[in-house]
Amino acid sequence: MLPLSSQPLIHARRLTKRFGSFTAVDGIDFDVAPGEAFGFLGPNGAGKTSTMRMIGCVSPPTGGTLRVLGMDPVADGPRIRARLGVVPQQDTLDEELTVEENLVIYARYFDIPYREGRRRAAELLDFVQLAERAKSEVEPLSGGMKRRLTIARGLINEPNLLLLDEPTTGLDPQARHLLWDRLYRLKQRGVTLVLTTHYMDEAEQLCDRLVVMDKAKIVAEGSPRQLIERYSTREVLELRFAPGAQESLDGQLDGKLDGIAERIEPLPDRLLLYTSDGDAAIDAVHARGVEPESVLVRRSTLEDVFLRLTGRTLVD
Amino acid sequence: MTLVTRIAPALPLRGRRAVRLIERNSLVYRRTWIVILSGFFEPLFYLLGIGFGLGSLIGGVTGPDGREISYGVFVAPALLATSAMNGAIYETTFNVFFKLKYQKTYDVMLNTPLGVGDVALGEVVWALIRGLLYSLGFLVVMLLLGLALSPLVLLAPLASLLMGFAFSAVGMSVTTYLRKWTDFDLVFVVTMPLFLFSATFFPLSAYPESLQLIVQLTPLYHGVNLLRGLTTGVVGVAQVVDVVYLAVMALLGLIVVNRRLNKLLIK
Amino acid sequence: MKGVVRVLEYNWMTYRRTWRGTLFFTFVQPVLFLAGLGLGLGGFVDRSGTGALEGVRYVAFLAPGLLAAQAMQMASFESTYPILGSIVWRRTYHAMLATPLRVREVLAGQLGWIAFRLAVGSVAFLLVIMLFGAVQSPLAALAAPVAILTGLAFAAPIMAFSATLRTDEWFSAIFRFGITPLFLFSGTFFPIAQLPDVIEPIAYLTPLYHGVALARDLSLGRADLLAAVLHLAVLFAYFAAGVGAASITFRRRLVL
Repeated sequence: MLPLSSQPLIHARRLTKRFGSFTAVDGIDFDVAPGEAFGFLGPNGAGKTSTMRMIGCVSPPTGGTLRVLGMDPVADGPRIRARLGVVPQQDTLDEELTVEENLVIYARYFDIPYREGRRRAAELLDFVQLAERAKSEVEPLSGGMKRRLTIARGLINEPNLLLLDEPTTGLDPQARHLLWDRLYRLKQRGVTLVLTTHYMDEAEQLCDRLVVMDKAKIVAEGSPRQLIERYSTREVLELRFAPGAQESLDGQLDGKLDGIAERIEPLPDRLLLYTSDGDAAIDAVHARGVEPESVLVRRSTLEDVFLRLTGRTLVD
Repeated sequence: MTLVTRIAPALPLRGRRAVRLIERNSLVYRRTWIVILSGFFEPLFYLLGIGFGLGSLIGGVTGPDGREISYGVFVAPALLATSAMNGAIYETTFNVFFKLKYQKTYDVMLNTPLGVGDVALGEVVWALIRGLLYSLGFLVVMLLLGLALSPLVLLAPLASLLMGFAFSAVGMSVTTYLRKWTDFDLVFVVTMPLFLFSATFFPLSAYPESLQLIVQLTPLYHGVNLLRGLTTGVVGVAQVVDVVYLAVMALLGLIVVNRRLNKLLIK
Repeated sequence: MKGVVRVLEYNWMTYRRTWRGTLFFTFVQPVLFLAGLGLGLGGFVDRSGTGALEGVRYVAFLAPGLLAAQAMQMASFESTYPILGSIVWRRTYHAMLATPLRVREVLAGQLGWIAFRLAVGSVAFLLVIMLFGAVQSPLAALAAPVAILTGLAFAAPIMAFSATLRTDEWFSAIFRFGITPLFLFSGTFFPIAQLPDVIEPIAYLTPLYHGVALARDLSLGRADLLAAVLHLAVLFAYFAAGVGAASITFRRRLVL
């Protein structure tokens, strides 16, 4: 038997979830190792939340194997949940209670005594920078504050594994960066993070390793860097055209750009040219007499990986 | 034995942590205790208005054993039963619906070691505690006004507990079928006729004979009959039937609640 | 005042989808009370013949009282949750005020809508009372407008209060400690002369007492002009004060 620390915290093989005739998760395989930050990337409806609910032991798998913390979610639900922290997609805070009470009563659900619950609540409110709002009602808090409170709530039982379902969806840029910073610190402390997102920048910021999901299946797996290397080029040249040029974009300007890039991807208003050298590609475009409204050279991102794998953009 | 083993898995027997739910609810009501307190006044107002005000226009009514009793003595146990029903129903319909559909309180709880059985049992027991407080308060008023004729009145809290159990289990299972707030009109469509026509305000004998049978099939009638038997000291087979009726109702309600919550929350 | 019509149109549009749900409270519930207490319990009242009702059958005594009390209950409900909803939860009024509509048009339209609902409920209930044979005079037809006015005497002040709130916490207190005692102790179910002497004068101050008394006098055909004018004056006073207060609280809440 392997030593405990190298055993995966989550182990899934052919994991499947069906609702009637609809298949939400279709036979996926993955492992999450202790201490890593693991992400599910994919558009809405790809099966990320269903997977998270199965890991969280509130949704029995329809098929396949799932072990969480070495136990079976169906048989050992309460024992597993005692060591999980869950941050659901919607905040689901108790609006009938104050900020502090939300944490203290949640601690009680884990059989943590009131004294200890209050101590941890104070510590966590400090950690998520909400200490001044401890006695406040929940309702007037901003979106970012509510999200931070939900994360603090998920940490009250000092979990081995923290599940975050779209942690920053709907937050403004400052709130997102503050949250990322807190999650990064948790990871430094050795908490294993499993998160879903449809934001590339979030996946790149937080995840050591991620899987790309589309239509209930895993279509790629690796670190952000590996995925970009495998499925994209170093740079991307974006050519923007005036509205109405769509048809000629789909025909890639009648083959005028053939051979300039490794791959050309037409979007409604622009062309993406995948190449190792963007500047050289610009010169080549001009040399062939193509005059776009604007040009932009940038590095490849996970968005490009996703586009390559599925033919669609992530946020639609 | 076979019956027990067949029913047992459907009952939320693993409800050790149900007490956490009660802790949560009492934390909420620590700040809104005035709402709880106000619930005590509704039956009291009815007792004074209908029992004494309107009662002063009525000489007396035939009691359970054929003796003539004052209208106040007649109507007070019925108002006690009604308040046990209303308390249980409102707590397990409006409040539970809010937590189930809007605030997702139970989804949050299921992310912790709490299970569906804890939730079902916890909410029902909470409604019971609240109902018990009301009935104790009302009983004190009855005693002060001399409306209890028998020492059997000491069993009345137990009887209202049983009623509360029956109505909150059924109320909560109905809630799991409701989709939007306007569906709650249905709750009143059922409870209001029960309130008026369960031998509450006038004896069963005053109903047309065909209606008497229907009245005797309804749940509030059994609560009223049971409590009136205890406060007037006339107890017999009928009261045993009342207890069995309410106990069966509580058991069935609890089984349905557990099934439905499992279906709604664990998917 | 085209704006008032627009507000009425808005309410009518939503009502077309939800009117079935209101049937029970505006119509079935008072009929149940009339049947249960008027006929069922009324039999016992009539039999003991204490004389407190001056020879009137209990159902004929109760029916016009319920007509006015029913108007109070409907108007109170319509001026609590829906108003708070339009200000806080759905922000309907803010949306209206982003158009050429003015605050006083919103207010008048909302009161007009409640008056319409009261009219439908009162006329329907009056017809039921007639079917119960509980009407003794053609003057009873005037009890419907009296019920509408009684409702408005509650709607206007309660709306004024609702417009100052952020949550619905207060409403259950209004109903439990305001509307329910009024329902039970304002002469609807028994003459207020049966009340303890200390409490009786308080009943004279409440709008419901005046609505009940006037509706009853009309229905029993014993209305006295001077008394009628007094009852109407009290009801109008509550309504006017409520409108005054509401135009202040609505403006304070919606225009800033």
